[in-house]
Amino acid sequence: MAPAFLVLDDGRIFEGRSWGAPGRTFGEAVFQTGMTGYQETLTDPSYHKQIVVMTAPHIGNTGMNTQDNESSKIWVAGFVVRNPSSLTSNWRSENDLEAELISQNIVGIQGVDTRAITRHLRDRGAMRVGIFSNLELTREEMVVEVRKSPHMAGAYLVKDVSTPKTYVVPSVGKKKFVVAALDLGIKAATPRMLAQRGVEVHVMPHDSTFEEIQAVHPDGVFLSNGPGDPATMTETIELVRQVLGAQIPIFGICFGHQILGRALGFETYKLQFGHRGINQPVIDRNTQKVEITAHNHGFALKAPTDAQFTTVYGPGEVTHVCLNDGVVEGLQLLEGAAFSVQYHPEAAAGPHDAAYLFDRFIDLMGKKVKA
Amino acid sequence: MPLDPSIKSVLVIGSGPIVIGQACEFDYSGTQACRVLRAEGIRVILVNSNPATIMTDPEFADATYIEPITSVIIEKIIALEKPDAVLATLGGQTALNAAIGLFEGGILDKYGVKLIGADIPAIQRGENRELFRGIVEKVGGESAKSVICHTMDEIFAAVVELNYPVVVRPSFTMGGLGSGIAFSEEELNQIAGAGLRHSPTSEVLLEESILGWKEYELEVMRDHKDNVVIVCTIENLDPMGTHTGDSITVAPAMTLTDVEYQKLRDLSIDIIREVGVATGGCNIQFAVNPENGRIIVIEMNPRVSRSSALASKATGFPIAKIATKLAIGYTLDEIQNDITKTTPASFEPTLDYVVVKVPRFAFEKFADADPRLTTTMKSVGEAMAIGRSFSEALMKALRSLERKEAIFGWPQISEQERANLLVAMKVPTEYRLQQVQKAMWAGASIEDVFAATKIDPWYLRQIQIINEQAFALTQLGELTAEKLREAKGNGFSDNQIATLRGLQEEDIRRERHHLGIRPVYKTVDTCAAEFEAFTPYHYSSYEEESEVKPRTTPAVIILGSGPNRIGQGIEFDYSCVHASFVLREAGFETIMVNCNPETVSTDYDTSNRLYFEPLTLEDVIEVVHAESLAGPVVGVITQLGGQTPLGLAAGLKAAGITILGTSPDAINLAEERGAFGNILKKQGLTAPEFGMAASQLEALTIAQRIGYPVLVRPSFVLGGRGMEIVYDDAALGGFITRATDITPDHPVLVDRFLDSAIEIDVDALFDGHELFLGGVMEHIEEAGIHSGDSACVLPSMTVTSAQLIEIRQATEKIARGVNVRGLINIQFAIADNVLYVLEANPRASRTVPFVSKATGVALAKAAARIAVGSTIAELRSDSLLPASGDAVAKGISVKEAVLPWNRFRRSDGRGVDAVLGPEMRSTGEVMGISPTFGESYAKSQIAAFGPLPKSGTVFISLADKDKESGIQAALGLQECGFRILATEGTAGFLNMHGVTCVTVRKNSEGSGPMGERTIVEIINSGDIDLVINTPVGRGTRQDGWAIRTASVQRSIPIITTTAGFSAAVEGIRFLQSNSLSIKSLQKWLD
Repeated sequence: MAPAFLVLDDGRIFEGRSWGAPGRTFGEAVFQTGMTGYQETLTDPSYHKQIVVMTAPHIGNTGMNTQDNESSKIWVAGFVVRNPSSLTSNWRSENDLEAELISQNIVGIQGVDTRAITRHLRDRGAMRVGIFSNLELTREEMVVEVRKSPHMAGAYLVKDVSTPKTYVVPSVGKKKFVVAALDLGIKAATPRMLAQRGVEVHVMPHDSTFEEIQAVHPDGVFLSNGPGDPATMTETIELVRQVLGAQIPIFGICFGHQILGRALGFETYKLQFGHRGINQPVIDRNTQKVEITAHNHGFALKAPTDAQFTTVYGPGEVTHVCLNDGVVEGLQLLEGAAFSVQYHPEAAAGPHDAAYLFDRFIDLMGKKVKA
Repeated sequence: MPLDPSIKSVLVIGSGPIVIGQACEFDYSGTQACRVLRAEGIRVILVNSNPATIMTDPEFADATYIEPITSVIIEKIIALEKPDAVLATLGGQTALNAAIGLFEGGILDKYGVKLIGADIPAIQRGENRELFRGIVEKVGGESAKSVICHTMDEIFAAVVELNYPVVVRPSFTMGGLGSGIAFSEEELNQIAGAGLRHSPTSEVLLEESILGWKEYELEVMRDHKDNVVIVCTIENLDPMGTHTGDSITVAPAMTLTDVEYQKLRDLSIDIIREVGVATGGCNIQFAVNPENGRIIVIEMNPRVSRSSALASKATGFPIAKIATKLAIGYTLDEIQNDITKTTPASFEPTLDYVVVKVPRFAFEKFADADPRLTTTMKSVGEAMAIGRSFSEALMKALRSLERKEAIFGWPQISEQERANLLVAMKVPTEYRLQQVQKAMWAGASIEDVFAATKIDPWYLRQIQIINEQAFALTQLGELTAEKLREAKGNGFSDNQIATLRGLQEEDIRRERHHLGIRPVYKTVDTCAAEFEAFTPYHYSSYEEESEVKPRTTPAVIILGSGPNRIGQGIEFDYSCVHASFVLREAGFETIMVNCNPETVSTDYDTSNRLYFEPLTLEDVIEVVHAESLAGPVVGVITQLGGQTPLGLAAGLKAAGITILGTSPDAINLAEERGAFGNILKKQGLTAPEFGMAASQLEALTIAQRIGYPVLVRPSFVLGGRGMEIVYDDAALGGFITRATDITPDHPVLVDRFLDSAIEIDVDALFDGHELFLGGVMEHIEEAGIHSGDSACVLPSMTVTSAQLIEIRQATEKIARGVNVRGLINIQFAIADNVLYVLEANPRASRTVPFVSKATGVALAKAAARIAVGSTIAELRSDSLLPASGDAVAKGISVKEAVLPWNRFRRSDGRGVDAVLGPEMRSTGEVMGISPTFGESYAKSQIAAFGPLPKSGTVFISLADKDKESGIQAALGLQECGFRILATEGTAGFLNMHGVTCVTVRKNSEGSGPMGERTIVEIINSGDIDLVINTPVGRGTRQDGWAIRTASVQRSIPIITTTAGFSAAVEGIRFLQSNSLSIKSLQKWLD
């Protein structure tokens, strides 16, 4: 197998072997600690422009199937694993992981000390990296290339991942509500979770106007996950303010949570190395119960956790906090009808502990309809 | 809510003796519980009959009761100590059953004691199959189709619906005892019949077969705020049909998608909530159909289990410790993760490595036993290994087993052999994976092997990768750094590579070191490196970055004892743990190397650093190297972990590593018969005549010279492996042909056997100048019964004071002659007033913990200090040893061995023979302590086997050689009012000597003309309360075998020696006129 190099922008280089498509790729290096769910990770649009390092040592064991995709393609910019599987074993598997990576032209590297890489990223923070294989470049040249690639901070990526036009996910069973879901990089699991609860979901382009949203007569607006720096999302933030003003219930997830936060007037900031895994403990400050949740965020919201806060849309509070590091993981308006979480109640991959949040959204819309 | 203020004292129930299915993992969990409770300022009261545990060390509880775990005893303890609560979820099924007994007997109510950790209704919902089924259904899960049966008629009715094969599972038993798979009516009759008897509620479950499905176990924890986390998912490499304790298991799960895994997770959480395990850990087992993903919930254990210990070691998440904190009021988010120090315990560990556990069996000890692996657990221990790939972890785990048969090899294999292997592997046995590997080496495809075994193709592909690697190594051409590095990354040992290259292990090692290829050490940190780890819990891997931190304090490396096996178990771990404790106190850093996940030694809290590594020369040399780079290393302690580390001492020394304590040369002096004989001769000590034979002819010549009976065995063994007493040439010849591969390199020892001698075991310390005598134990069974299987008493009962002086002098002479620095164990025999030296072992013995408990002197701690240079005089002034004199036993302590007869069955379904001999077969031990021998012996019997009868019917059958010595005891039984039955010969003899007994028919005589029952039929009908049967010889021709196996199957106390018979009568006498007393160890030692 051809040699390949994982080159970090601070000059550290890990040598491994080419895997997936050969060539070169750049992105922000992040590590993912889930022991299951590589397929969902690969197809999650939030990983757009990121090179994902899997901490689980064996990847690809269960192959790829069409049911577990979170979108129509693989989004990661590159894939770093220790031991890729040379045999796929699962009754639902339809394709081999490496074959899938090659067909979608995703550059990967295998046989590297993924734990050393993870420790490096943990201590030094997420950074730009490149994967190089089949290339006649010196080490210095590769580092120079990496340093020429764009940073994640300030990256506006939504346009790459959002749907070009609206599509509708019908409700399962009787239609109870209509939700306009703003696609900022939405995962397939989210409309599915809503649909299961009797919601007809209109998945709309990220640059939809308030009027276009109103045109579907939504009972609620959903703000999806997605890639990039939330600070770049000025238009969407303005749109959210209009929705807030119109008192339409809002539920935001991940990127959507950051955008709601910014719409309420809070700042976002980049975490040292982010939260990416499916084992993160989050406490619901109102019930004092802990839920184990799926996370995928490199940015977070700065909001007061010691007391309630006031916004132009009324008082609010931080509802959820990550127990590992105290990062804000959820907020809500107390009188209005908006709430959001930084993590992934739709899971996929990950535990289902937070699925109740979809029910909370349904309740919120129910109250609003009655009112 | 933090600590519950109403709990000021807690009674912790331990798990009793080590038995198959319940081993030292419960010492690990119980020790953690005691530590947590004491750290919270809670008074800890402990009951456990097992003296070889760390938890029963007096400093781990405020009041330690080494007493039988029975309702009667526990009630006495509760009445005396008045605990606020009872914690019974950390002592295995034994503790849980004891708690159920206390609840049902109204004892908890009577004394106003609450049960913490789990309440009885929840335990019952978890363990009662019918209730559990209902729960599974309620949460939307599926159980295997099944029927609960209480009689054989119900069983036969049920199987009509379920079809063969059908699984039989008795309720309320541990380790799958009494369960099995029946393929025919005949098998069903055997298995289900036994199952009904084993179940305390005479209840068995018959269920549809899900043989061949994938098997998973999830470890779940819940707190009283209803927070639930999954600590670990364990996947069985061996599919359904093999007990999980006998399966090779892997963590994390390797062949599940997230969608499938989350289904198991959701079900687990729903089940723990519905069962209502209020706080603590439990495990839930699942089967998944590989063809369509259908999930069946198999069962749950509403308590900390063997798998919890494995999961704790595999993840770094200490389940027992956290379960204890939850039981006293904390919630998961209030408990800190010890390893990261900054994050809470309310999370789910994520692994960036692979853990493989492999079972260790002891079939060679039970020649008759059916070697097939079934749903009844048969393994006696396990080894765990960690690697950054499955192949690395698997290869390390296999070499951790210390069995050459377990290690993959790559011999030439014919087509015929390959075909045979493919047939053989259809039935799971101890070395099935090795059959798989060899068949694939010979060209069998993944499809072929999957068809035969249903092992997931992913694992088979991994085996194939290992074989491909082996093939690459056999190819001509230079062993390049790249090739070598890749082989090491796949877990190949230097020895395996050497064999494949036709070289010596040392050659490969030298070359590897020359190329700078050494393992790095990664850290088990619960979080895949997301957070910094503060606990140096390491494993090796061939990768880039090592995480061993530099240190300045001098370190002592302690080698543990590897997987539990018969002959080397918890007792040795106990000594290693003691060494670690005492050396930490003395200012050293301690570094533990071991591969047994069940133990206290592999708790990351025990030593300053833990290396979870195989105990082979290569792996240990690398650890020593890594630590030598990290800081000063004083040396390695090899004398506390039994034969495993002792066997490495010479190799380590040759590699330039300092061995602390007794030198390898001295060890060799004691183990090498010729050299040892010279020492004895020089010191004027007597040994039974013996000779060393390098051929069969030589053996016969020696035996004729010294006279029969002789004791024969291969040299260099522990636990009396392959040892036998033979009475004539024919038997000797037969033994050598059958049981040894005799060569000049592997000679056989032939010893004169001292018939009806008293056997003595001595544990002592020697520092080069002074001898400290730890204890002189007298065996209750006469010489010829392995010391590990014999009951013994401390202080000795029949040894005269003159003999004691002689024993002390002899011990000192030997210690000096061998040049011991630390512990020495010597076995003596007294026959016709002559003291014979049987053998000396310059290391910690199996009896060290027992002696330490009986005398209050921590011998292993003292030995560790001597190893680093302290003298006995210094230890006396440090109060580690008494200020003057030898150790003195407080009270009379009896140790009894516990035997696993009921676990094994022959291929024909009948029991294996329950007879003691020179080969050790016991898995564990108990201790009884009291002011008198009778009471102590009675306690030991109750703790080991269940109550001795106070009245009823006794059956006696004595071999001719035992008849004389049995008279007194038989008279005693008569005086005690027992009705006595005997077969003709014994009855005639006893009647002649004043014992009135009824003659019954032997099994071989068959039923009488008037329908008179044979003794076996009488035993089977439950009309006998005690069986005395001394064997005429081994083998199933004898009537004795039928009697003994019937007794074992019916759980009737059985005694097979006249010495044991006499002791039992003393015990019965005591029980008839007294009730058992209790006294805490702290009071005894005060």
